[in-house]
Amino acid sequence: MKTVIVGCGRVGSVLADYFDRAGHEVIVIDPVTRAFDRLPSGFGGSALRGDGTDEDTLRRAGADGADIFIAMTEGDNRNVMAAQLAQEALGAKRVIAKINDPVRADAYADLGIATLCRTNLMADAVSEYLGMPVSGQRGIAVPRGSHPGGEHHEPLVGAATTPEAEATATSPANPGPASHQPDAAPSGSRAGSATEV
Amino acid sequence: MFVLVVGGGKVGYYLTKELIESGHEVVLMEKDRDRADQISDEIGSVVIAHDGCEGKYLGEAGCNRADIVAAVTGDDEDNLVICQMAKHHFDVPRTIARVNNPKNEELFKHLGVDELISPTRMILGSIEQDIPVHELLHLAALGEGELELIEAHLQGGSPAIGKATQDLQIPEGCSLFAVIRNGIATPLRPDMVLQEGDKVIAIGREDCQALLHEQLIGKEESAGVG
Repeated sequence: MKTVIVGCGRVGSVLADYFDRAGHEVIVIDPVTRAFDRLPSGFGGSALRGDGTDEDTLRRAGADGADIFIAMTEGDNRNVMAAQLAQEALGAKRVIAKINDPVRADAYADLGIATLCRTNLMADAVSEYLGMPVSGQRGIAVPRGSHPGGEHHEPLVGAATTPEAEATATSPANPGPASHQPDAAPSGSRAGSATEV
Repeated sequence: MFVLVVGGGKVGYYLTKELIESGHEVVLMEKDRDRADQISDEIGSVVIAHDGCEGKYLGEAGCNRADIVAAVTGDDEDNLVICQMAKHHFDVPRTIARVNNPKNEELFKHLGVDELISPTRMILGSIEQDIPVHELLHLAALGEGELELIEAHLQGGSPAIGKATQDLQIPEGCSLFAVIRNGIATPLRPDMVLQEGDKVIAIGREDCQALLHEQLIGKEESAGVG
């Protein structure tokens, strides 16, 4: 399974390692190369430097048609945008965004994104430990609906097509300035030798 | 009209000021307290020094009764989230977002933002007006985008040069209505003979622009128009 993780912080790097060891094809994206130092030395996935909210970057990183897409950066809104790009433009199948603001976390679950809210998780963990009443809100809010999508309701990529077909159908003929393209397919690069995308 | 402006940079500041002068009710949200205080000192107590991306503060700012929410921060992801929260969580009828990366326009529209303002796109359009192009130039979209206002610059090789406009085969769904010659715009008459260097202003549906291109610019070499 292809798993894309945006944000190689503490949680992102641990997840990348878990999924890698479970045999997934893992792609980790972070704008800071040093963040990849958190990955274990035996990490077998790709570590790519770039902005995870930029559609071109995500495509060049090979995020098209990901089975799992997890947005784990420090910024709630960056995670929201990356997740929606993945879901609407790249045809990602299961999308999770970390949103620490409980109001936004709840609102985006209504709009079709699984949201992870650290505020709720930690508040409940502390309350439970101290024997206080807990909110009972789950750490991950499962998607309850889909966004109304403005004037039109169909996703940006055809839901009926295969991920491969989506990738070719929606990739621009010229994906950008040649100097920005990775030299080779972004797979198998080791931690520490991050490729810029 | 109650307008909620989020982002107190230059755009948000001048927008708020102009809206107040036009007699609208305005609240500006700016998360940087120093900047918020500075704006308050200048234009009065319409500034809330909180992050407009945060659901709690949007609610406190009266987002649920706003007629328009304008998200004009410098970050596309923030503007997207502000508009989506306003639209879907607070039922705001009209949302406007500033978009810096033109590539994000399609996503924002798709996700329900009502209106997009792209400074990058506007400057790009302005630059493209000044360089010779062999394409139809899109000046504006009319209505919901059914019709577009188009400019065609007639250069050597254009089949329309030397012809009266009534002799051109203008496709159904398009209409020519003005010509700019030597910098002077005049309404187009059917007997007016077009010259090299003329800029013809037309309106047309997107689907007939390929034919219009053929008539005014010449046979298309590539598939795309503009």
